[in-house]
Amino acid sequence: MKRKIVSLALAAALSMTLLAGCGKADGDKNAGTDTNDQNEDTTKPSEEGNAEGSVYYMNFKPEVDAIWQDIAKAYTTETGVPVKVVTAASGQYEATLRTEIAGTNAPTLFQINGPVGYESWKDYCLDLSDTDIYENLSDQSLAVTGEDGGVYGIPYTVEAYGIIYNNAIMDKYFALDGAVVKSTDEINSYDTLKAVVEDMTAKKAELGIEGVFASTSLLPGEDWRWQTHLANLPIYYEYKDKGVGDLAEIEFTYAENYKNVLDLYMDNSVSEKGLLGSVDVATSMAEFALGQCAMVQNGNWGWSQISEVSGNTVKAEDVKFMPIYFGVDDENQGLCIGTENFWSINSQASEENIKATKDFLTWLTTSDEGKGFMSKSTDEGGLGNAAPFTTFTEEERSSDPLAVEMYKWMESGKTSVSWNFTSFPSQTFKDNFGNALLEYANGNMSWDEVEAYVIEQWAAEKAAAAPQ
Amino acid sequence: MEKTLKKYFPVFVLPTLIAFSFSFLIPFIQGVYLSFCNFTTVGNAKWVGLSNYKLAFSAGEGFGRAFLFTAAFTLVAVVTINVLAFLVALLLTRKLRGTNFFRTVFFMPNLIGGIVLGYTWQQMINAVLHQHGVTIVSDPTYGFIGLVLLMNWQMVGYMMIIYIAGLQNVPGELIEAAQIDGATAMQTLFRVKIPMVMPSITICIFLTLSNSFKLFDQNLALTAGAPMKKTQMLALNIYDTFYGKNGYQGVGQAKAVVFFVIVAAIVVAQLLVTRRKEVEQ
Repeated sequence: MKRKIVSLALAAALSMTLLAGCGKADGDKNAGTDTNDQNEDTTKPSEEGNAEGSVYYMNFKPEVDAIWQDIAKAYTTETGVPVKVVTAASGQYEATLRTEIAGTNAPTLFQINGPVGYESWKDYCLDLSDTDIYENLSDQSLAVTGEDGGVYGIPYTVEAYGIIYNNAIMDKYFALDGAVVKSTDEINSYDTLKAVVEDMTAKKAELGIEGVFASTSLLPGEDWRWQTHLANLPIYYEYKDKGVGDLAEIEFTYAENYKNVLDLYMDNSVSEKGLLGSVDVATSMAEFALGQCAMVQNGNWGWSQISEVSGNTVKAEDVKFMPIYFGVDDENQGLCIGTENFWSINSQASEENIKATKDFLTWLTTSDEGKGFMSKSTDEGGLGNAAPFTTFTEEERSSDPLAVEMYKWMESGKTSVSWNFTSFPSQTFKDNFGNALLEYANGNMSWDEVEAYVIEQWAAEKAAAAPQ
Repeated sequence: MEKTLKKYFPVFVLPTLIAFSFSFLIPFIQGVYLSFCNFTTVGNAKWVGLSNYKLAFSAGEGFGRAFLFTAAFTLVAVVTINVLAFLVALLLTRKLRGTNFFRTVFFMPNLIGGIVLGYTWQQMINAVLHQHGVTIVSDPTYGFIGLVLLMNWQMVGYMMIIYIAGLQNVPGELIEAAQIDGATAMQTLFRVKIPMVMPSITICIFLTLSNSFKLFDQNLALTAGAPMKKTQMLALNIYDTFYGKNGYQGVGQAKAVVFFVIVAAIVVAQLLVTRRKEVEQ
């Protein structure tokens, strides 16, 4: 009898917990909507805003998350339209977007990284050819277009990468006896760069640095500066020679040049070659910020990473760009300038939300406040975007020191290297390339093997990505 | 009693059944369905038949290699974790001072998430390896040993608790009788204690086997498969397929279904074998 009571009590308790669990969740939900209702009652505009739709932006860059939250608040205050910004963790954008977009409150505005990204998201990309931001694009060929001629991605920033150098350390070197050259203007080819770098390495004690280049970060997931950015150069020249914009198979004609530059980075670096597999990008940017090295390959977005390092010894006016001299067409080659940040609007969102999102983008690129957010440097609470829209005047350009350098190089008459890595076969290809570079640095693979592997992987991944 | 329970069976089972269907059955069936489809998100799937399965086993996918690495890791991890956990449990059932304190300390690593542990151990192992001018990704052997170390550190405490519970349930009379009959400590251990804790061994081997086979977080954080995917385990291989290539979500899903079948088969086989060795008290 006693046992019966106990087991009944247990069974009852179990079902009660379950019911209570459900009940509680319901209660919470009700409570949530209640407070919302109250909010809407007290602040009338937001209620009207809801009727007009809302904006949900899936942000790609964790480093500017706080700024996007400010933008959302400012826009809601001004217009009453609710804006929600969610930032995906670094390297998790595609994964997060895939989950979020399948949900009921899907993002209305998201980012694709170019033609390859469009291929993957085309079911969700809205034709933007009738929007203001497309009208205002300073170069409409920058947009991502589909086979049907529609416009599916609008670039919102132009970025540049090259070799960032610390002018203070360079000046110190030029003042030394027997310096190979006397000013950075004289460094205008791979051979001079190599001579200067090797001489600087020999004199690193006098210069007070630990290496000329910041560590080549080859930690898995932190190797994009080499398998994507540096790898863009040989592919750019190969496409150019062949007069194409994409290839099913590459010959990797400029593999030797790639190896030379990579070797230069690794042999004159802060870290030993064998230890590069443990270095991440933040570490190598910190080495540069702390004045432990004179150069680092990265892009204009790197300025915030440099300036935010505590104990940073690099002054804004000393941060400069030079092209990655590749030994092919050094005389004419400028920085690598392009973008892989394109806005796309979710075509499966509701009418009102699509309209709200278009209005939001118009505000961001035409109103004074919106433009301020877009172009002000990150130190001043802006995104630091070099926005490629005609609505931005020269004074409204980004004031980041590296963005200023970027404009200088763009106007110098040199040919900017376009970003061809948007046509790289897949993330897997890039990861495999990075893996091979790590093996090369560790001495487990010869350069010939790396070269053969890259050619093979390119063909395999291009074939795999082809529509089945 | 029996009758009443049977009568109310549907009432008691319904809430759990609903929860189970929503959180497990429906997603599982949908997952199997998606493995035959081409899709970007779960909402826009297109039926393609068996082609995903064909691609999943093609040479370039590295599924076979990942399987071998996973199998080797699982073998080593299951043996080391269980032996160590059992030894610690034996030590901590000896009525030493501070037993409870030690039990807590050994158990604690189990409370930390896999990603955090992975990065922490990556730093620690690299700190040691740096003195020899190498890193954990210089050689797949380092990654393998690192994973084994990490899993031992994390799982030993948990298994220890289960073994302690088992050992405490061995009847004192039995051990006393064995001692009176002149059994040595070794004989008592192998002839009395181990047969008596067989149910604990079944559970522990089950947990270590399935957890090691399905290992993901630690693998991703510690080496991410580097160098050259030689330390990539099955779960990570599936993840990389799913997110690394356009149009390969279905292939990743197909691999996941195969993965499920493998894990289920191994675990059921293990349960059948160890169950047979259990004795009734």
